[in-house]
Amino acid sequence: MVKSFFPVNLAEAMAFCKQKNICPIAGGTDLMVRNHRGTGILPAFSANMLFTKNIAEMNVLRREDTQLFIGANTTLAQLIKWQYTPRLLRMALLEMAAPAVRNVGTLAGNICNASPAGDTLPPLYAMDAVVCLQAPAGKRELPIKDFITGPGKTVLHEDELLVGVKLPFLVLDNELVFYKKVAMRKAAAISKVSLAMRAIKKNGYIESVAVAIGAVGPVIVRLPAVEVLAAGKKALTQELLKNIYSEYDKAIRPIDDVRSTAAYRKRVAMNLLQHVYEHCIK
Amino acid sequence: MSKIKFILNGNAVELDVVPTMRLLDVLRNNLGLTGPKEGCGEGECGACSVLVDHQLVNSCIMPAGNVAGHEVITIEGFNKQSRYKKLADTFARAGAVQCGFCTPGMILAAEALLNEVPHPDEQQIRQAISGNLCRCTGYSMIVKAIKMAAEEGGGLW
Ligand SMILES: Cc1cc2nc3c(=O)[nH]c(=O)nc-3n(C[C@H](O)[C@H](O)[C@H](O)COP(=O)(O)OP(=O)(O)OC[C@H]3O[C@@H](n4cnc5c(N)ncnc54)[C@H](O)[C@@H]3O)c2cc1C
Ligand code: FES
Ligand code: FES
Repeated sequence: MVKSFFPVNLAEAMAFCKQKNICPIAGGTDLMVRNHRGTGILPAFSANMLFTKNIAEMNVLRREDTQLFIGANTTLAQLIKWQYTPRLLRMALLEMAAPAVRNVGTLAGNICNASPAGDTLPPLYAMDAVVCLQAPAGKRELPIKDFITGPGKTVLHEDELLVGVKLPFLVLDNELVFYKKVAMRKAAAISKVSLAMRAIKKNGYIESVAVAIGAVGPVIVRLPAVEVLAAGKKALTQELLKNIYSEYDKAIRPIDDVRSTAAYRKRVAMNLLQHVYEHCIK
Repeated sequence: MSKIKFILNGNAVELDVVPTMRLLDVLRNNLGLTGPKEGCGEGECGACSVLVDHQLVNSCIMPAGNVAGHEVITIEGFNKQSRYKKLADTFARAGAVQCGFCTPGMILAAEALLNEVPHPDEQQIRQAISGNLCRCTGYSMIVKAIKMAAEEGGGLW
């Protein structure tokens, strides 16, 4: 018999996590669709359900000096409204779903769902987000790129929960950001390709660049070794650009699926890369 | 099974249901409220829209456990309010209702918007109903009806 539990804090949640076969459920906008069986029929859950909504530590939204802590349960709608939400993340949130889904869907849900097309992921990768995890054995923090390992796959242990996300909080007037989601009907579309870019320019020199591309491989693509090629430069020469593109060209390995084709995704991703490196950063 | 308590259309209810049951099924089958409709069952059409703590949600993908301790309003509760009367009137006058299947959701989406933004522009209206599909009207009449309600509803929102 499947049990349900509604802990109000992490300590209670951890006590429940010691049991076997746990499924955390936040807003349910991914899980309820995935387990849908039909009108009037119970969704197909076979695990012990841990409703996260009341866990106090996951409902925190906090700005510290140079860091933001976004509790796991923060909804997409709350993040759009929060005054400290980084611009790049808000740009992605505004292109996600319709109000009714944003009112319910959470940041943790989007991360833990680990879809290559998850729309908060490219901005979170570009900003080097860190996920905060808690298990009965203790807590740990990981860069998001080490947390997600493949489509629907994370390193989350069976008894572990995501408590929140840490993001650097920087107020910079020389920050350049770009976000583009390529998809069909806006209000209910899964990305065919998406790209988030964040760059810092000082006195005409490129200080740093971060580019994260979604839905073109099993995980979000980010190439720090290529990004540093642009750092410290005033302008990017044709030759350097050629090198940069050829590295992306090697790393981007999309697939054909119901939403798009590999060839289309590759082409659009390369066009978007050209746009950010030759237009946005310049 | 668990006891789930919440406020439904102003009244406290307590139900014995599996917490993963869809709120839509609880409303329609256990409580006999058939205003929320099932279109897609996947969060994409808005026919099942209800308000939870005055926020628009899709009841077809909302586990009943997530409304415990909260306030749910369906079209059956909202239609007692003067805000409803205004919206019903402008929807009728603008020709925003044809088969009516999307209408409960559209009206609640309009209410969720006007409650936060009493004087929305066209883009805000279109965004607010972007999760609600209508097969009949072509949307323009619905947008117009919401605009009329905002203009005529002085003081209601
Ligand atoms: C109509 C519609 C449109 C959508 N549009 C978009 C879109 O444009 N872009 C997009 O990226 N997504 C979209 N989604 C998907 C979904 O809404 C998002 O991924 C949302 O952020 C999921 O959050 P949730 O709280 O509802 O997740 P849930 O369904 O509750 O959970 C998702 C996963 O996360 C796990 N989980 C949740 N919280 C925790 C936690 N604290 N610790 C550990 N694991 C946890 C769950 O076990 C589950 O595996 C859409 C969905 C629908 C139905
Ligand atoms: S039936 Fe719920 S959104 Fe379509
Ligand atoms: S009036 Fe028929 S679906 Fe909208």
